[in-house]
Amino acid sequence: MQALPTRWRTSSRWWLSAAAAVALAGSAWAGENAVDAAKLTALVLQDCGSCHGMTLKGGLGKPLTAEQLEHWDSEQIAHIILEGVPGTPMPPWKPLLSEAEARWIADHLKKGTLR
Amino acid sequence: MLAGGGLAVPARVSRAGSGPRGTGDLGIVIERATGSVLVVETTGRTVLGRIEGLGDLSHASAVFSRDERYAYVFGRDGGLTRLDLLEMRIDRRIVQAGNSIGGAISDDGRLVAASNYDPGGVKVFDADTLVEVAAIPAIGAQGRASKTVGLVDVTGRRFVYTLYDAGEIWIADFSRGATPVLTKFPDAGALPYDANVTGDGRHYLAGLFGEDGITYLDLWDDAPKLRRVFQGYNAGRDKLPVYKMPHFEGWGQSGSDLVLPAAGQNEVLLLDLSTLKEKARIAVHGQPVFCVARPDGREVWINFAHPANDTIQILDVPKAKIVHTFQPGPAVLHLEFTPRGHEVWISVRDADRVDIMDVRTRAKVGEIAARKPSGILFTARAHRLGS
Ligand code: HEC
Repeated sequence: MQALPTRWRTSSRWWLSAAAAVALAGSAWAGENAVDAAKLTALVLQDCGSCHGMTLKGGLGKPLTAEQLEHWDSEQIAHIILEGVPGTPMPPWKPLLSEAEARWIADHLKKGTLR
Repeated sequence: MLAGGGLAVPARVSRAGSGPRGTGDLGIVIERATGSVLVVETTGRTVLGRIEGLGDLSHASAVFSRDERYAYVFGRDGGLTRLDLLEMRIDRRIVQAGNSIGGAISDDGRLVAASNYDPGGVKVFDADTLVEVAAIPAIGAQGRASKTVGLVDVTGRRFVYTLYDAGEIWIADFSRGATPVLTKFPDAGALPYDANVTGDGRHYLAGLFGEDGITYLDLWDDAPKLRRVFQGYNAGRDKLPVYKMPHFEGWGQSGSDLVLPAAGQNEVLLLDLSTLKEKARIAVHGQPVFCVARPDGREVWINFAHPANDTIQILDVPKAKIVHTFQPGPAVLHLEFTPRGHEVWISVRDADRVDIMDVRTRAKVGEIAARKPSGILFTARAHRLGS
């Protein structure tokens, strides 16, 4: 909670997502963009991790470290997550994840903050 | 090294009781998030201790020495750790690759082979010293470097494995010493993601992701030839997205019936090994991950991918029918039967628990606490071909 005002000021997207969260949840702070960060972190580490490694350093699927994902922007990564990579084991997550959730994962993969 | 984590653990098995003990009822439970393993015994259903410092065990497996004293644990980070189950400590540890998936031990117990993703290929080590004996790159006929999967041991100091990217199956024969003789089978199909061999070392099958079918190799043949089984088994129906790859390890064989997990369908496949024809497809609760045979082969216990991963179903193989369904808890990752199948241990990851069940009555008879448990592996594996 205490960190909130600083982040609030430094990023316009934070401002927007926080506003959306307020609108959706009707509370002062319902998490980033109304996604469940703890649940998504666990999903990435455990479920993406079953193919990409729990430390995201690669497995049957490629590494998902920030360096490895340099050539994609967040939007492209979110698209890959939702649609999968046809002809490979990378499945489409559309049936299980919303666009906001995919975007949240993509942002955090780019930042390398999931562990 | 033997941090308690809420468990009362004696420092050493051999010293804990009165004098020496055997190892035939020992095993390990992989704690995937903390790089540790529990050493367990199945007679009194207890934890003997915890060994830490094994690196990234998020996708780990293990094989055992012939004397059932040592476990060789293959970690995701390329770590290969030899554990002394009696002294309950790390005996030796090397990091042999950047990213590894599993391994096998030769029939004479002298060679440990590791199957690697990055760089691909297979490395072979002296089982006592973990000194490298051979490194076999996996470059397919088209020049593609490959991850390797489905590494198993068969008779005559041979290892068989599959090249995921190149779509080939290779046999590495170490019967003449440290330099293997390689036999390669190209055109083994698109994206073979896992493979295994039957307990007699005869039938090797690789599941395909990039095409509809399973590749088959009869290793007893003087000149083995690749064949396809279950070709087109998804024809005319949608393939579901696969959120967790099915595993061939532990697959069920009962007489000439082999039970395999389907990829992209909520079903298991029953193959008649005597004819190589499909015998049945059995609808199950979700997408199967492991189809683990009870040691006598009569039943196969099946766990599932997310979101059905709280459930186990029991298939009666001769009846080709699901006879029981139950929910051990959140995220059932693996199960292992005691050597002759009187009990089964089930890891329930998100409950930080391993459940122990009586196989005949299907009643829970015990549990142990474990941190995010995944693979459960008992020393009886030392005496089985394959994995
Ligand atoms: C069943 C296995 C599997 C699971 C589960 C899985 N992936 Fe993948 N993923 C793959 C494979 C295989 C590839 C490589 C595809 C290719 O060859 O281009 C891949 C590729 C990707 C890529 C593209 C990487 C690049 O550099 O091109 C991203 C991003 C990705 N996955 C994200 C995820 C996320 C996020 C999750 C969890 C929500 C996830 N994956 C779950 C198998 C999987």
